[in-house]
Amino acid sequence: MAMHGHDGALMEGSPYAIPSRKLTMWLFLISDAVTFGAILFGYGYLRTASSDWPAPFKFNPSILNVIIMTFVLITSSLTMLGAVDSAKAGDKAKANRFLWSTILLGVIFAGLHIREWFALIDEGVRLFQNPWGSPLFGATFFSITGLHLLHVICGVVAIAVISRGFSRGSLTAGHVETTGLYWHFVDLVWMFVVPLIYLLNISR
Amino acid sequence: MTAPRKSGNVIAKYLPVYFVLLGIAGLEVFLAYQHFSTAALLVILLGLAICGGALAVMYFMHLAQERRSLFLTLIPATIFVLLMMNMFWSDSFRLLRMRPFPH
Repeated sequence: MAMHGHDGALMEGSPYAIPSRKLTMWLFLISDAVTFGAILFGYGYLRTASSDWPAPFKFNPSILNVIIMTFVLITSSLTMLGAVDSAKAGDKAKANRFLWSTILLGVIFAGLHIREWFALIDEGVRLFQNPWGSPLFGATFFSITGLHLLHVICGVVAIAVISRGFSRGSLTAGHVETTGLYWHFVDLVWMFVVPLIYLLNISR
Repeated sequence: MTAPRKSGNVIAKYLPVYFVLLGIAGLEVFLAYQHFSTAALLVILLGLAICGGALAVMYFMHLAQERRSLFLTLIPATIFVLLMMNMFWSDSFRLLRMRPFPH
């Protein structure tokens, strides 16, 4: 379908029938998925090639902590869905309540994650050494979970900015929806990080 | 610009997906404590993670409600790239056994 742009030039409509910002976010998420895929494959490569890969994660505190973190992150996806729906309906107050609930859950997730990091550091895990086995364990663990944690922190900041802009009227429901896509992606990545990084390395 | 529409109970609509995702996470933890070989556990956990990821993409990210052209543009290319990354496994097994490649 053809339409006129601002300068009067003839433009084609989006073949996907979505706004360009949403398509851009999808393309970013695809590239991000491939980035996470690459580092997870790299981790798999090192784990397979090491005969003494450590399995340090005990049920309490590590796996229990991961269960709570997973619950918190999946719940935050649900509150983000509520925010997008309320924003599309024009209910700013409700959308902001949902957005701030998402932020709160994101902060709780990040806090639990940092606590997990400090517990491992206390046990002697560093980037290139640990008390149990292959020295590359720390490098892969901190890189992968660190990149994910960075995504969570960026997401929390982005949602806060979007919430402020949306309540002031400078940003639209489309911005909330696009940020929601990003947040769900962060949740999606965690679904792969948990089994590959934690559950395959539980202490028996 | 689209006009505001009435807000539905979206939380209730997506609760089944939410509970399935929580169930998958719980099942993964349960299976991790069963006595599978590492390879079998990897396949099972990865399969469950892919199911969970697909649910999140299709319902939470609403890809199921978008035009099929968007799905066909994004997903097959991503899967193709991720599958191509599998080519280096043979090298990691070679490293484990410290055997040089045959000449």
